[in-house]
Amino acid sequence: MPVEGARKIPLSCVVNGAAVTCEAYPMARLLDVLREELKLTGTKEGCGEGECGACSIEMDGALVNSCLVPALQAEGATIRTIEGVTCGGSLHAVQQAFITHGGAQCGICTPGMILAAVNLLARYPQPDDAQIRDGLSGNLCRCTGYMKIFESVVAAARDAEIRA
Amino acid sequence: MRAYLPAYEMETPRDLAAALSRMAAEPGAWRAFAGGTDLMVLLEAGKLPHRKFLNIWNLAELRGIAASAEHVTLGALTTYAEVQRHEILAREFPLLCRAAAETGSVATQNRGTLGGNIANASPAADSPPAMIVYDAEIEIVSAGGARWVPYASFHTGYKKMNLRAGELIRSIRVARPRSAWKQYFRKVGARRAQAISKICFAAAGCVEAGRIAEVRIALGSVAPTVLRAARTEELLRGQRLESAALLLAAQDALGAEITPIDDMRSTGRYRRNVARNLLAEFLEVLAS
Amino acid sequence: METRVIGKSVPRKEGREKVTGRACYVDDLSFPGMLHGVTVRSPAARGRIRAIHFADGIPWHEITVVTARDIPGKNCIALLIEDQPCLAAEFVNHLEEPVVLLAHHDKYLLEEARRAVRIEIDPLPAIFSIKDSLARKEIIWGQDNIFKSFYVEKGDVERAWAGADFVVEGSYETGAQEQLYIEPQGMIAQVNEAEGVTVWGSLQCPHYIHKALMILFGLPRDRVRVVQTETGGGFGGKEEYPSMIAAHAALLARKAGRPVKIIYDRAEDMVATTKRHPSRTRHRTAVTRDGKLLAMDIDFTVDGGAYETLSPVVLSRGTIHAAGPYACSNVRIGSRAVATNAPPHGAFRGFGAPQSVFALERHLDRVAEAVGIAPEELRRRNFIREGQTLAVGQVVKEKVDMNGLMERAFELSDYYLKRKKFAAENSAARSAIRRGIGFASFLHGAGFTGSGEEYLASEVAMEAMADGTVHILAGSTEMGQGTNTIFAQIAAEALRLDCEQIKIVQPDTAYVPNSGPTVASRTAMIVGKLVETAAVRLLGTLHDSGLLEQGYNASDFTRACGSYIAKCGALKAFVKYEHPHDLHWDDQKYSGDAYGAYAWAVYVAEVSVDTRTAEVRVEDFVAVQEVGKVINPVLAAGQIEGGVAQGIGFALYENVVWQEGRMVNAQLTNYVMPTSVDLPAIRVYFEEVPYGRGPAGAKGIGELPLDGTAPAIANAIAHATGVDVRAIPITAEALLEMLEAVHAG
Repeated sequence: MPVEGARKIPLSCVVNGAAVTCEAYPMARLLDVLREELKLTGTKEGCGEGECGACSIEMDGALVNSCLVPALQAEGATIRTIEGVTCGGSLHAVQQAFITHGGAQCGICTPGMILAAVNLLARYPQPDDAQIRDGLSGNLCRCTGYMKIFESVVAAARDAEIRA
Repeated sequence: MRAYLPAYEMETPRDLAAALSRMAAEPGAWRAFAGGTDLMVLLEAGKLPHRKFLNIWNLAELRGIAASAEHVTLGALTTYAEVQRHEILAREFPLLCRAAAETGSVATQNRGTLGGNIANASPAADSPPAMIVYDAEIEIVSAGGARWVPYASFHTGYKKMNLRAGELIRSIRVARPRSAWKQYFRKVGARRAQAISKICFAAAGCVEAGRIAEVRIALGSVAPTVLRAARTEELLRGQRLESAALLLAAQDALGAEITPIDDMRSTGRYRRNVARNLLAEFLEVLAS
Repeated sequence: METRVIGKSVPRKEGREKVTGRACYVDDLSFPGMLHGVTVRSPAARGRIRAIHFADGIPWHEITVVTARDIPGKNCIALLIEDQPCLAAEFVNHLEEPVVLLAHHDKYLLEEARRAVRIEIDPLPAIFSIKDSLARKEIIWGQDNIFKSFYVEKGDVERAWAGADFVVEGSYETGAQEQLYIEPQGMIAQVNEAEGVTVWGSLQCPHYIHKALMILFGLPRDRVRVVQTETGGGFGGKEEYPSMIAAHAALLARKAGRPVKIIYDRAEDMVATTKRHPSRTRHRTAVTRDGKLLAMDIDFTVDGGAYETLSPVVLSRGTIHAAGPYACSNVRIGSRAVATNAPPHGAFRGFGAPQSVFALERHLDRVAEAVGIAPEELRRRNFIREGQTLAVGQVVKEKVDMNGLMERAFELSDYYLKRKKFAAENSAARSAIRRGIGFASFLHGAGFTGSGEEYLASEVAMEAMADGTVHILAGSTEMGQGTNTIFAQIAAEALRLDCEQIKIVQPDTAYVPNSGPTVASRTAMIVGKLVETAAVRLLGTLHDSGLLEQGYNASDFTRACGSYIAKCGALKAFVKYEHPHDLHWDDQKYSGDAYGAYAWAVYVAEVSVDTRTAEVRVEDFVAVQEVGKVINPVLAAGQIEGGVAQGIGFALYENVVWQEGRMVNAQLTNYVMPTSVDLPAIRVYFEEVPYGRGPAGAKGIGELPLDGTAPAIANAIAHATGVDVRAIPITAEALLEMLEAVHAG
């Protein structure tokens, strides 16, 4: 058998508002813990090298690539995934905007893109074009050319402004 | 995900002292693991030879940015996001902020750390040239004590550094600029975001009475380590700025100092020619 | 004609699932007892397999091992022909060729096992270039390395040289391009006595896989089943390759007696799966001093890699599109697809046309320059009009107004002003930045070429349920382009219902008929028309039964369905494609009516070039196209925007670095596609000339944007810098050297 040094460890954190515990190897990717242990398959793997952002989640309020976070470092963290963006049964303004304005085509980049957009709007509630582009620059989309993603973010920001 | 996970251990030491004593107890066995933006990529590719890591991410002793009259000291775990948010850094150390803003993207900037970047020692990293220009010093600690090393001599060769087994980088100290320096940073990559640099150029200088009083030039991706273009600086120091002959001489000096290679991202020829052109652009900034 | 639902931006059918993370892609699925599978691949580009070694230290008794010997039927991935092995048996012909398959429940152990298999190969000399293949440095495929060749002849090219005032020659190259769908490829397979072979996965063409598995396993039609899971992008990259993965997963599942999931990681996907065919085109053009094209002599070659896969069809489309939307009486096109020891190249949006159109549109700017007229003037004097014939002899029966499209594109992009302004500024050279504006004018045929659609004989079924919902059963797949939504719109329009009442049945070969592959810009125009016809027939059945009056509403419809089903049984309609009688194609002469309809376009690109670094930035992009009826404006614009983005990548960013037949930059870090900060505003405008045979008048648009984007950018760079661009991708390294040469010269 290959050399083994690690044993699975217990992991406790808060995911989408709920306390969860599970077991994982200390250097298992948080992405895999979410998908395989917690069955939250909304977060996707696109590259396994922190380039595409399909695995984007919020960890303690910061946008991170979950494929680059080892499980041990998620101990005690507060995590939000795409499943936590939907509030109860209602769509978040960003999610609704993506539907209305064509921000999602094949949908594989969409969960990460929405997390990035939600995180951006939390930091810049009325972002300009440069801020939107910059905020999403870590999320690759092969289908849309980004145009309708920008439009979706602008629409969501406008929607929030009207509601505020 | 090509790594055999059961072979990889990671522990969280309760504080810095515990981490250092663990590292001292088994010399070379344990390596520090900060934000993971470099190490996890290696792990996933099945190319991480080291097996035992100490999770230092939560060590408060390695965090925080403190300013004195003369210096700003950044904890090794300062993230690129934190660099960009800091008022004094934004105002007085724009090259470091630019480098932070152009490293990866939002998500990697939230996890990438200055200390991790230094210890990873990629010659293509973006903040090292800025740190060279700012005369950075690195504080290194071990169970046996602490020492300071000028960053300019920290890297001794490709992926070789003045960091012994059992040692950790605790902080990075940069000197606050005393006079109005003109500063210049340009990273050239394959695209505008999330690009490993083909060449990275950081420079600062000040002009007094039409002469270059002081100048610092540092480059990434043109040598096995970050490079301070000391000979080019020497040639420029004290010279009158408007001289066309000076530009050519400085470009030739720079071309001779750097050793850019052909790799899958770019060519030595491109890197050398662009380095020359960026030097010209920097001198224009100095003259403006 | 007033439409209720067609022409509206109805929200994406499966949008809610996608934005909430509930859409189910293949890697989201897990079956009880499922094993993971991995592929061990050839370390040599060409050679004979001497031995396969399994190193110590791995619990091999726990691992399912499959080699070519385990294949029950024919060891091939059947496509056009059966030359590509499923698993290499005696010889390998490209790096990363699959040789051994392994399965185990622990995917981490499986990776260790993969590393512990050593395939020992006695190497044979390999070839990696079109040049070496044509020179027959080694014969690696067939008798002469040539998968297919075509020869198109119109008029008499040889006689035209004498009358020419100018003869302009040029050679152009395009590189490989990775499709780079963000969801890597993957399949899950299950094999049992009860059902035979079932596979689920990320795919574009369920029936291609179905056929391939029948042959690999020697099973009859009803013992193979293929189900499409939500697919995260395809762009052609999931047209043929999924058959390979499905075969591998199924072989492991058969031997293990358990379901097996194979998911490629990004690196494996990039090195092992198909890419766009690299190409080389040579033009020789005779033109008068008035800019009239007298003759076009075109030589077009594509590199197909080690096995045939779809190369003949890529070559076909590239050949037919090689002479563009121009009226030229004398055209000769000689083309061929050749073999090299690279992993086989395959379908990628555009499918041969982006390659030949790049060459043509770049060449015509040079022809204009030689004649001394503006590039747009050269086009204007040669644009084809209704009643004239294309290179393959097809008489244009559409109302085409290329000049109108061009003028509109120029107005929207401020082309004339910028053409002059940039030229003046660039001469003055007061800044290191040079700016340029350029365009490309082109067409793209929708549907399979010639008799292809007739051969496909696509079918669509429709069933109305007692609750009034109408199910569409088609083999066409949704992969982001909007199939589900536009099919719903087409049916809803014809049935006078809302889209919510239309359901698209998940493509599953057990339930849906073969509507042909989801490729070739055919889904809206060809299959959509079948959907429309099915709806009309279904409605006719209801009307004829007396159960539904004219002027009905949705409730009436529901009631009528319920009554019909109670009285007569299932309410279904079934439609099979019928080839229009007035379309004739001669496969021998390679001439005639190549496509039922064309989309026509002019794209304008504005670029800035930093002469210090040779970085090129696309500053503005205008895409004007005539596409027949636009079924869903948001989805249609999304197709063009995304296609232009891929075209920008093709022109500037996406460079496959080859070393002895292997892609060495197989990471997203090193093979770069544009991010959100790299692209300009992509401005899209449609004109609509309804096509009588398309649903509600629609034509195909999916591939169109890949044809004109790269040459528009290349022409803009030429305008900005004076550099005579001949190859894409235009890397900064190459451009810097060319800038220095221009500066020096």
